[in-house]
Amino acid sequence: MVGVLVVSHSEDAAKGIRDIAAAMSGGAREVPIIGVGGDGEGGLGVSVPRIFGVLRDMLSETDGVVIIPDLGSSVLSSRAAVALLDPADAARSVIADAPVLEGAMMAAVEASIGSDLAAVAKCASDARDLRKNDH
Amino acid sequence: MPFDVKMAISALRQFNALIEEKKEFLTDLDAAIGDADHGINMNRGMKRVIEKLNSKEYADFSALYLDVAMTVMSVVGGSAGPLYGTFFMKLGQKLSESEEVSVGELAGAMQEGLNGVMSLGKSAVGDKTMVDTLAPAIKAFRDNADGPEEDAWNAFANAAEQGMKDTIPMLARRGRSSYQGERSIGHQDPGATSAFYLISCLRGAFTER
Repeated sequence: MVGVLVVSHSEDAAKGIRDIAAAMSGGAREVPIIGVGGDGEGGLGVSVPRIFGVLRDMLSETDGVVIIPDLGSSVLSSRAAVALLDPADAARSVIADAPVLEGAMMAAVEASIGSDLAAVAKCASDARDLRKNDH
Repeated sequence: MPFDVKMAISALRQFNALIEEKKEFLTDLDAAIGDADHGINMNRGMKRVIEKLNSKEYADFSALYLDVAMTVMSVVGGSAGPLYGTFFMKLGQKLSESEEVSVGELAGAMQEGLNGVMSLGKSAVGDKTMVDTLAPAIKAFRDNADGPEEDAWNAFANAAEQGMKDTIPMLARRGRSSYQGERSIGHQDPGATSAFYLISCLRGAFTER
């Protein structure tokens, strides 16, 4: 099973996006989805050690983790957190170039059907093509 | 005179003091092209670094710079946290358990730090970032490493200052300021500015000895 890690500048946003993605993917398998965000002191921001800690724990219980950062320093901080991992764990981590909510939801759905890391990551990236006004 | 752990700590204390003094200037620079948090973030991060340094003794570069890196990465919000954190971490890994190193060794370790920053930020010279200060400074430091030490340190700081100033006419290609497009032209980059402060404080630790 592949896990999904949402990284946002806001702890509330991270948890909310996590909840939506979890609800949309509530199938036969329970996908590990975690949201991490905020500066750890109640404010907006991102903390590399916090991302690293959650990511390492998730990797110990999953085949791999797709990380979905919101933007800017969430992306840099996610990359820095991956760089702190052992190389074997880093190789099981993918940072998706995806819109954070749509990407998390699509990744969670794909993970719930038992797809591998590459497929879940691709599905998250494909979420950028989701249209909202075409139908 | 080699660069030792005591000088490294002195440089970090000077850097904290200079950031404290310049935090509003850094924030003003960032307000022009970014999200106006660079001065505040660096100030909070370096204060926490100094608290950490005050609570421990450091025997080698590896332990010192690892603590600096982890503190900066957890406390400095925005992109500066992971970028400066990566710089210090690579510096510590390269200098490892040495207690003192030559200018050439220090310059080589800084090159590793710069490579880490560029790889993390996917940035290059000319993108209007801290790389525009660090890259020419480290090149000048390495090019002068075999001559008199004072000349090497001066070349290091002078190239850093020039690199910082060279960001003024640049178009931002990375980070929040890149969203400003052409409006970023004509403003000195805040990250390039704090990187110059770091280098001038490293030189300061050399000259005060």
